[in-house]
Amino acid sequence: MTTIEEYASPVENQWCPGCPNFGILAALKRALVGLDLAPHEVCLVSGIGQAAKLPHYLKANVFNGLHGRAIPAAIGIHVANPKLKTIVTSGDGDLYGEGGNHLLHAFRRNPDITVVAHDNRIYALTKGQGSPTTPRGERTRLQFDGVQIDPAQMLATAIVHGCTFVARGFAGDIDNLSEILTRAIEHRGLALVDVIQPCITWGNHPVSWYRERVIPIPVEHDPTDRDRALALAIDVKDAFPVGVLYEIPPRSTFAASYRERVGDGPLYELPRIDRSIPEEHLARMRVGS
Amino acid sequence: MDRSIFVAGAAGEGIQTIGDVVARCFLAHGYPVFVTQEFESRIRGGNSSARIRVADEPRNATREEADVLLALNPVARERYADALRPDGLVISADTTTNGGNHLEIPFVSLATAHGGQELYANAVAAGALCAAVGLPFTALEGVLSSAFSKRGEEIVRANVAAGRAGFDRAVDQLRDRPVEGLPKRDASYAFASAHETLPVAAAVAGCRFISAYPMSPSTGIITAFARETDLGVFAEQAEDEIAAINMALGASAAGARAMTATSGGGFALMVEALSLAGMIETPIVIVLAQRPGPATGLPTRTAQEDLLFALRAGHGEFPRVVLAPSDPQEAIELTIRAFDLSDRYQVPAILLTDQYLADSRFSLDSLDLPTEIPGDHLADPEDFEVYRRYAPSATGISPRLPFGQGGRIVYIDSDEHTPEGHITEDLRSVRPAAVGKRLEKAGRLRREIRPPRTDRTDDAELILVGWGSTRYAIAEAVDLLRADGRKVGAVHFTELWPLPEVELREGAEYWTVEGNATGQLAQLLRGALGWPIEGTIGRSDGLPIGARFIVERIP
Repeated sequence: MTTIEEYASPVENQWCPGCPNFGILAALKRALVGLDLAPHEVCLVSGIGQAAKLPHYLKANVFNGLHGRAIPAAIGIHVANPKLKTIVTSGDGDLYGEGGNHLLHAFRRNPDITVVAHDNRIYALTKGQGSPTTPRGERTRLQFDGVQIDPAQMLATAIVHGCTFVARGFAGDIDNLSEILTRAIEHRGLALVDVIQPCITWGNHPVSWYRERVIPIPVEHDPTDRDRALALAIDVKDAFPVGVLYEIPPRSTFAASYRERVGDGPLYELPRIDRSIPEEHLARMRVGS
Repeated sequence: MDRSIFVAGAAGEGIQTIGDVVARCFLAHGYPVFVTQEFESRIRGGNSSARIRVADEPRNATREEADVLLALNPVARERYADALRPDGLVISADTTTNGGNHLEIPFVSLATAHGGQELYANAVAAGALCAAVGLPFTALEGVLSSAFSKRGEEIVRANVAAGRAGFDRAVDQLRDRPVEGLPKRDASYAFASAHETLPVAAAVAGCRFISAYPMSPSTGIITAFARETDLGVFAEQAEDEIAAINMALGASAAGARAMTATSGGGFALMVEALSLAGMIETPIVIVLAQRPGPATGLPTRTAQEDLLFALRAGHGEFPRVVLAPSDPQEAIELTIRAFDLSDRYQVPAILLTDQYLADSRFSLDSLDLPTEIPGDHLADPEDFEVYRRYAPSATGISPRLPFGQGGRIVYIDSDEHTPEGHITEDLRSVRPAAVGKRLEKAGRLRREIRPPRTDRTDDAELILVGWGSTRYAIAEAVDLLRADGRKVGAVHFTELWPLPEVELREGAEYWTVEGNATGQLAQLLRGALGWPIEGTIGRSDGLPIGARFIVERIP
């Protein structure tokens, strides 16, 4: 059995003391241990930002790439080695802003990866500018008159694009979040978990403000009900339904036809193609009398 | 014999089909051909041409002038009239003559009468062209039969009948100026473009992953992998070039040999991730198929404008390899080499090609795979007590493991990182060591790079220096100038970075020949090696450089 100690990282944590990111870290560790995944079986992929540092703070494989580009890197990793549990952990600015286009197309591809969006509704590492999810009207260190544009609705976008697992979590409720993350990691296909992670330094509301407004998704909610899931997804100012909004049976996952030809192991284990194949290709290029 | 045939018309009129059929007729008859495509960026209309050069021996360079112009419409005839030699022959459906050098072939009506449908006009045109260049009808019959055999007997019969009609109509009109028949020869050639051999070579080199965004003239590469599934390469059309290269880097970090392919604008989007590859020391091969810029430029034309861009692209300082093949055989060798060097030194490798190399088919005596194909350079997880992805070493190269292999954990970070791979801001020791490690590889890599090819430089007073796709045109220019009594030689680079140390022969005057306006190779050689390059013969109108173009501009 994997233990929580195996996931302990020696790296000094750079987050602000008391940041709800610690809650996400704890919930993720708990989920991985609960699933009995050993650290070498997990690959954490992130972009840039405070949230994107998470992979360093637990012990598993890490690809901490470019700002906004965690999703394509994760897709490449997953195709090359589907035995790894590939999990993207990055912020709303990284995943929804800089890399929004990649996430949109990832929904269509449906690779078997988990995407955890630390949604603090602010750019924290660059000191307090508006993010794609900052509500209209909120004042920031750059939008001095208040944000003038509407927030991105990524959970709804995910549902509309056929993402087969869409959830909202709250960093302040580790028990519930680790349950959601467990289901997301187990799900076959792309799973998006947007985690409300109040920024205690640049945010406009304290954690308590969010805690008062987080409401569990009613137990009678049918997660295959797309219309109802959409209604729960679309951001409302004063209440945040938390839990699994949408979950449908996994459809065919990404790279399936290629995997039918080469098997499901890591690509580095495949031998080189037989020399007769390229020789045959070159022979076909020969023409003459 | 060295003849040049232009098949000109509007996009969608079958230029490529006719060009390919006639080229294959020559090949079937035992003659090497060089076929180059020149077209506008559109699907229908405009003006395009397929240019076939046929000679007794392979002449793999474009010729600007035509001995025969097959014009599929009046506008094409007008547009390419300047290219026609004074005694050149025009084949068209026009009723106007060309001082007697004109064959009037009503393509469409003959197609309808003999093939039953207008669409056989291409076969009519090919038939007339074969007659005009001395190919027997049997050559065309053979090529049409094998080209259409899969579509059924009826289609073959209609094509052959239409081809026969065009052939006979041309023979009729050639009575007063008989064409000497080409004797059949017993010879065969490898007939391919560099972008046709490149994917095959990549598969040989162990490539398992390509992600790319369609962009002329690079699109054929990912298409080949997607179609030829026996090459065993996973092919994904990315949402943009940024995704393409980041996917490939993810796959590479997870242990799959990976590549991408693009052109200048797409490469510009990839540049941040090129720097990432340098920082995380993750192998990747990038095909940069050049076309004229800036910006969208001339999407379907050729250029060598991205040499300095390929060399300098990327923020920060990191080593890279830049190779520029000059023909389909070299595309095989350098593709395999790019994968090997990229993997061995854990650096990005760029293969610089261009539209001319992508779309021109060469005739070569053979296309061969190297006898020895280098293997992979991944480490053995059993070799480590504690694994550190960026462990220091004398060579700057650290043993590379894919994520999780053998129970090992691999940390990869785009931030400056410790030998373990964790983010650091230790400026006193970690950062200097990390910079030194990366640059140590550059120094060692340089010693692996092969010097340029030299051609008749021993007694040369003038030396033409080129790179990549211009090799055959320059060699032909040297032939022509030598025949004229000039002592000319050539130096040709196909391995461009790290720039190899090369001895200069004193007493010769050096000029570069390049598909750009600013003499990028000249700038590089002057700056990095101190070569006294006098000037540049440059072409930047989007068309390929031929021997005549060089000879006319020789100092």
